[in-house]
Amino acid sequence: MSMAASQKRSFGAFLWDYLTTVDHKKIAHLYLFGGGFFFLLGGLEAMIIRIQLIKPENDLVSAGFYNELFTMHGTTMIFLAAMPLLLGLMNAVVPLQIGARDVAFPFLNSLGFWLFLFGGIMLNMSWLFGGAPDAGWTSYVPISTTSPGHGVDFYVMGLQIAGAGTLIGGINFLATIINMRAPGMTFMRMPLFSWTTFITSVLILFAFPALTIGLFLLMFDRMFGTAFFDVSLGGNAIIWQHLFWIFGHPEVYILILPVFGIFSDVFSTFSKKRLFGYTAMVFATILIAFLGFMVWAHHMFTVGLGPVANSLFAIATMAIAVPTGIKIFNWLATMWGGSISINSTMLWALGFIPTFTIGGMTGVMVASVVADYQYHDTYFVVAHFHYVIVGGTVFGIMAGLHHWWPKMFGRILNEAMGKLTFWTFFIGFHLTFFIQHFLGLMGMPRRYWVFLENQGLDLGNQISTVGAFFMAFGVIVFLINIVHTAVKGEKAEADPWDGRSLEWTIASPPPHYNFKQTPLVRGLDPLWIEKTEGKGKMTPAEPLGDIHMPNSSFLPFMISLGLFIAGFGFIYQVDHNWAYSLLFGGMAITLVCMMIRSLKDDHGHHIPKEDLEGEAK
Amino acid sequence: MKGWMGKIRAVFLLSLTALVLSACGKENLTALDPKGYGAEKSFDLIIISTVVMLFVLAVVLLVYTIVLIRYRRKKQHPDFVPKQVEGNKTLETVWTVIPIILLLIIAVPTVTATFDLADTSGSNDKLNIQVTGNQYWWHFNYEGKEIQTSQDMYIPVGEKVYLNMKSSDVIHSFWVPTITGKMDVNPENENTMYIEADEEGVYWGKCAEFCGPSHSLMDFKVIAVSQEEFDQWVEDMQNVNPDAEPESTVAQEGKSLFQENNCMGCHAVGSSPVQVGPNLTDFGNRTKLAGVEELNKENLVKWIMDPESMKPGNKMTGNYPEVSKGEAGKIAEYLLQLKPSDVTPESAKD
Repeated sequence: MSMAASQKRSFGAFLWDYLTTVDHKKIAHLYLFGGGFFFLLGGLEAMIIRIQLIKPENDLVSAGFYNELFTMHGTTMIFLAAMPLLLGLMNAVVPLQIGARDVAFPFLNSLGFWLFLFGGIMLNMSWLFGGAPDAGWTSYVPISTTSPGHGVDFYVMGLQIAGAGTLIGGINFLATIINMRAPGMTFMRMPLFSWTTFITSVLILFAFPALTIGLFLLMFDRMFGTAFFDVSLGGNAIIWQHLFWIFGHPEVYILILPVFGIFSDVFSTFSKKRLFGYTAMVFATILIAFLGFMVWAHHMFTVGLGPVANSLFAIATMAIAVPTGIKIFNWLATMWGGSISINSTMLWALGFIPTFTIGGMTGVMVASVVADYQYHDTYFVVAHFHYVIVGGTVFGIMAGLHHWWPKMFGRILNEAMGKLTFWTFFIGFHLTFFIQHFLGLMGMPRRYWVFLENQGLDLGNQISTVGAFFMAFGVIVFLINIVHTAVKGEKAEADPWDGRSLEWTIASPPPHYNFKQTPLVRGLDPLWIEKTEGKGKMTPAEPLGDIHMPNSSFLPFMISLGLFIAGFGFIYQVDHNWAYSLLFGGMAITLVCMMIRSLKDDHGHHIPKEDLEGEAK
Repeated sequence: MKGWMGKIRAVFLLSLTALVLSACGKENLTALDPKGYGAEKSFDLIIISTVVMLFVLAVVLLVYTIVLIRYRRKKQHPDFVPKQVEGNKTLETVWTVIPIILLLIIAVPTVTATFDLADTSGSNDKLNIQVTGNQYWWHFNYEGKEIQTSQDMYIPVGEKVYLNMKSSDVIHSFWVPTITGKMDVNPENENTMYIEADEEGVYWGKCAEFCGPSHSLMDFKVIAVSQEEFDQWVEDMQNVNPDAEPESTVAQEGKSLFQENNCMGCHAVGSSPVQVGPNLTDFGNRTKLAGVEELNKENLVKWIMDPESMKPGNKMTGNYPEVSKGEAGKIAEYLLQLKPSDVTPESAKD
């Protein structure tokens, strides 16, 4: 419907619509597009890394360029691909799942997206302006504070801007889930994806400030001559690692918890069974999030913190395996006795279970301090975190995309291509990363530009590179699938999967006000309840009336643009005075736009009842 | 159908065996064939945790397989609607309690080993070596012995040797997989660890914390020799006369060039504490040139002419006067004859 409508309008109008939209569904499209673009970029960087490592002492890329590649691969995949893609799915689905017409702060929602996008562009601008950051995605000091050129400055400013966007997004989801649930949608009736989005938002709220502080200190050390991290001037270099991982460990749960929610919904839907142990699943999520804040130093076992700290953090880390195990077994129990149908969505979920279990296994293994003295900073750890982040997050995003594609775009992704993508990606993934566990133990540290001849590392690296090509092939098939589906994909009904939650009660794609009448929720899996015990559709909780919707705004784009310009000012004021004009000019744009937002009354608009009746079927 | 399955199984088994065989890696580099105290502790924990975790994986995969075989919609009656089960207290308790027990099996030896390896209280009456990490080379100062050396660390076999480690620039990490797990080498504090090799041998060491463009080329060696050989080496190293004239005239000219170009500003020969660049006292006995290249005249000349091409980002490039190829050859001749001791890496190989 919206597709056809958009084709009739001019491209300019279409673009303006997206630049100014505050509709969570369109913001979801933007997040998916932006995150998808950066995913391809990060993937390209990964391919160059793997090709460089296809044989010993390869000289395809220089050492400096290789360092830029792995730094940007990690930073891009975590901050600019995985998180935005998840935020895209959250935006597309969560308001629908809880029966809301939009998020609590639509303006902020849009601002969050544009900050992310401009932050991401800022980071990648470094490629064009003299070299990308080259100190690793962890940007440990002093290698980052002493890195020549402006690469690390782009890292600092890009992540600071993008991070502000994420923080805003997290706060927005907290407010939305607390305040905007439909009548009867109590917390303990929320679908798991909404629950994990809620918990993830709490993690974002508490974890990102640590990164913000760390980045500010780094920014001042690099751009304004302070010495927070400079040991020779009385600073402390280890404190960066603490700040980074106090953010960084919750960050990996920010990446994994939402997909736990996606898989919970998917297993339940495609087994036609209520989620087994719903309460345990919710509390396991909360427990993982809570423990996630007290295990950061397991990234620092080799720093020399001493046996007491190392032991405590090891035990805390192992404890996380318990709630995670509960989840795995609850998913299996959900399928047990169910009616399982396997389509491409379910394939990703089924592929996730063994893959993620291996990732969890190696997670416990790296938590064992003395064993970690061997694993740490080797390909074993590279294998471990790819098993959880690709096997968990990426598989989850793929499952979520296949599952909700019809809801988001009104068309069903092609099954045959979906399966081909899954199998090539799945096989390629294990080819690439399984062998890396052994490479690490055989003496290959991570972030190595070359490995030497005659060290028994040749075959493993070759296999790994071949696997990477399989993964790339899978991704290309998925892109073709997207184009094919957009052009002549099968039109989706409101409820193509025999769904259980509220998003399947409205049209695919939904009208921009989502629910003509807010539904009344009578329990967990509200649609399923109505299908089995009711009249097959939701009972409205309110009479048909005017719907109040927010107005579009160009201000979020401009606020973000201002910070983007100011970012260049901050970076270049170190060596050029003209950069101050960018700095103050950019900040002025941002502040003026914020003032306009604050001073100008904007009460939104109403969709009259008569129009809604006209649309009724 | 059956033959086809059999073939797949055979290929699978074969590749698995190949994997296990190659999994051990190269001798004296791999962590999977430990020959030192720390590495053995790590290896034990690797095995314990792997076994426990493989058990968990097996249980998960068993349930997973049963589920996928038994509960497929295509095998069921089209009208079948599964029972909507809320949960099961007993089952959920079981899969909470059993993992806790399994984790304890890993946690207890982990904590014990952690305290064991961190116990450096016995360092006073043992050999102490000050280790300095530099971009991109390692310096070893034998405390109380007036011996300075770089890149190759000689230790007596079967003895605990205490390493007091600090970095002169960015963070590095000291890792000799076959002897010991790694420990970071920080710029702001001294980290102490001990190592003990069970067998004589030349063990590969690698920098494991990302430290710049030549991070992957920052290899070093730990050379474990018998106590007698070690004592001999110590004596030889202490008796080095840095001013001794080389035998051949070419090497003598090389020595003069070495002095004229002020190479000693950075590189000490003998026990002088200068350590801007690697100490060259036993250069002729080194296992490798610059940590990774074969030690021969051709490579050394190449290094002296253009170190950047061999170790990108190194601190030598551009910090010394230009030398001609002939001069470099003479300097190389001088450096390669610096063999103060008969105890060499070869001694560790018998």
